Amino acid sequence: MPVSDANALLGAGDTALASPAPRMEVRGLDAFFGKVHAVKDVSMAIPEHRVTAIIGPSGCGKSTFLRTLNRMHETIPTAYIRGTVHLDGEDIYAPGVDAVSVRRHVGMVFQRPTAFPTMSIRGNVAAGLGVLRAVGERFDVEERVEEALRRAALWDEVKDRLDASALGLSGGQQQRLCIARALAMEPGVLLLDEPTASLDPISTEKVEALVHQLRDGVTVVIVTHNMEQAARVSDQTAFFLHGEMVELSPTSDLFTRPRDSRTEAYITGRFG
Amino acid sequence: MVDEVRAGASGEAENTPTEPPRAGIAIHGGGAGDRIYSVVITVFALAVPALLLLIFAVVTNAAWPALKTFGFGFLTSSDWDPVNDVYGAAPALYGTLVSSFLALIIATPLALGVAIFLSEFAPPWLRRPVAFLVDLLAAIPSVVYGLWGIFVLIPILRSYVMPFLRDTLHLGATPFFSGPAYGPSMLAAGVILAIMILPYISAVSREVLMAVPRSQREAALALGATRWEMLWGAAIPFARSGIAGGVILGLGRALGETMAVTMVIGNRQEIAASLLAPGYTMASLIANQFTEATSDLNLSALMAVGFVLFVVTLIVNAGARWLVWRTSREAGI
Repeated sequence: MPVSDANALLGAGDTALASPAPRMEVRGLDAFFGKVHAVKDVSMAIPEHRVTAIIGPSGCGKSTFLRTLNRMHETIPTAYIRGTVHLDGEDIYAPGVDAVSVRRHVGMVFQRPTAFPTMSIRGNVAAGLGVLRAVGERFDVEERVEEALRRAALWDEVKDRLDASALGLSGGQQQRLCIARALAMEPGVLLLDEPTASLDPISTEKVEALVHQLRDGVTVVIVTHNMEQAARVSDQTAFFLHGEMVELSPTSDLFTRPRDSRTEAYITGRFG
Repeated sequence: MVDEVRAGASGEAENTPTEPPRAGIAIHGGGAGDRIYSVVITVFALAVPALLLLIFAVVTNAAWPALKTFGFGFLTSSDWDPVNDVYGAAPALYGTLVSSFLALIIATPLALGVAIFLSEFAPPWLRRPVAFLVDLLAAIPSVVYGLWGIFVLIPILRSYVMPFLRDTLHLGATPFFSGPAYGPSMLAAGVILAIMILPYISAVSREVLMAVPRSQREAALALGATRWEMLWGAAIPFARSGIAGGVILGLGRALGETMAVTMVIGNRQEIAASLLAPGYTMASLIANQFTEATSDLNLSALMAVGFVLFVVTLIVNAGARWLVWRTSREAGI
């Protein structure tokens, strides 16, 4: 899709969602793996009901940054961060905040589909719900599963075989299943880590369309290798290079009149 | 080419033609060497199943007189009377199955616990030494286990464990823990077997748990699972067919184990419901009586016990493998 089409699409979204309050706010964030300084002094506001895209070449720290937003970063031995990340005004790294409960509010979908192979389709979508029930939430599992599958635009394809193995689905369906599994938790923020990197073009298109729909109900942050994808689905885009955030602009601006020469070099294909 | 040179140097393949001149990419060279190589390895590969069939044939042949004489009654009769030449292997068959399953019941949770601790929770500095020591249990000779069983395990069982099970927990009211506590018993055999098979189950479970992809673990963690929920919700289900494989390996070891069991089980030709009572296993029966077998029928009866042990091991292994295959096929992995 040419960039101008994407702009038309985004223009409508921008006016409908004028200056929303930031859902997440990152200030002075540094992320490390032992001595390796992977993310350097990044500050970013992530507005509610918007799609924020993060682009940049391999190894620029964009995935690491994404993983600090739901405290997945620290599950790797020797990994730690400095700085603050606020979710709805609350610091998720404050002492006494449980990383596990942060992840219930900030969902995540990975590069490769990670359907649980021993579970049915229904079982996969409901996989996280036991956790919610354990903390005292009450809800109808069947309803939640159906709603999540509908939001992930997968319901019509799987409604007749909810008890079949999730591995019978195609790669693209599995990835939407993973999105459904994350949505079933009803997170406020959904993090997508290169969700279409392992998918064919048709599946990619479906996932992209889905991302665009999702922002009405959830704040989305998407890391992507693919600049056209960022242009198509996002409202604001951040460009990362060597662990630093070079530029954060409304998507239409970043791709048409980048402020930084490095951004321009990257989006015009001169490196990366 | 390198293979040819090596084969020629060791004198094993004198028919190998001299190396063709190296002209560009050899697309038709080395044919003879490849053929010889493939014939040799095919022979090796077929030799093992052939050996298995040969052993099976010899055992069956030697067991035939006894099987013909006693028929199916060989499996149901408890008489083992060399004087009158009447033989029945029911107590030994029963003892083999019960002691092995008892061992599995004791060893599986322990081994799984060890594997989970080592793969998920142990600090790195503790992981290697503990894994090494657990694996070392498999290196202890069977007869040493037997001695330890006689001098350490049985006195402990007789003085503390058996009275505790029977009287303190009042399990003596059930047939399974009733009667006097002599010491040498089915329980002693089950415990010693459990210790012996624990390293196998634990090593296999540990390896398959460590092989669970990080992506599966992260998927569970990202849903807000604790480490414990991640373990039971994602890692163990993913590894379950491998863990079942480890349990089968342990069961196979337990069914055939001879020396240690013979030393602690009490060797009595009688089926008793109580685990405190002595019993017998097929392997012990053969080991104990082979040197004293006088008549041809007695020898044949022992061969028949070997035959039954062979078949039982085969059935248990095939059944367990089928179970693994079915669950993994359902899961599509």
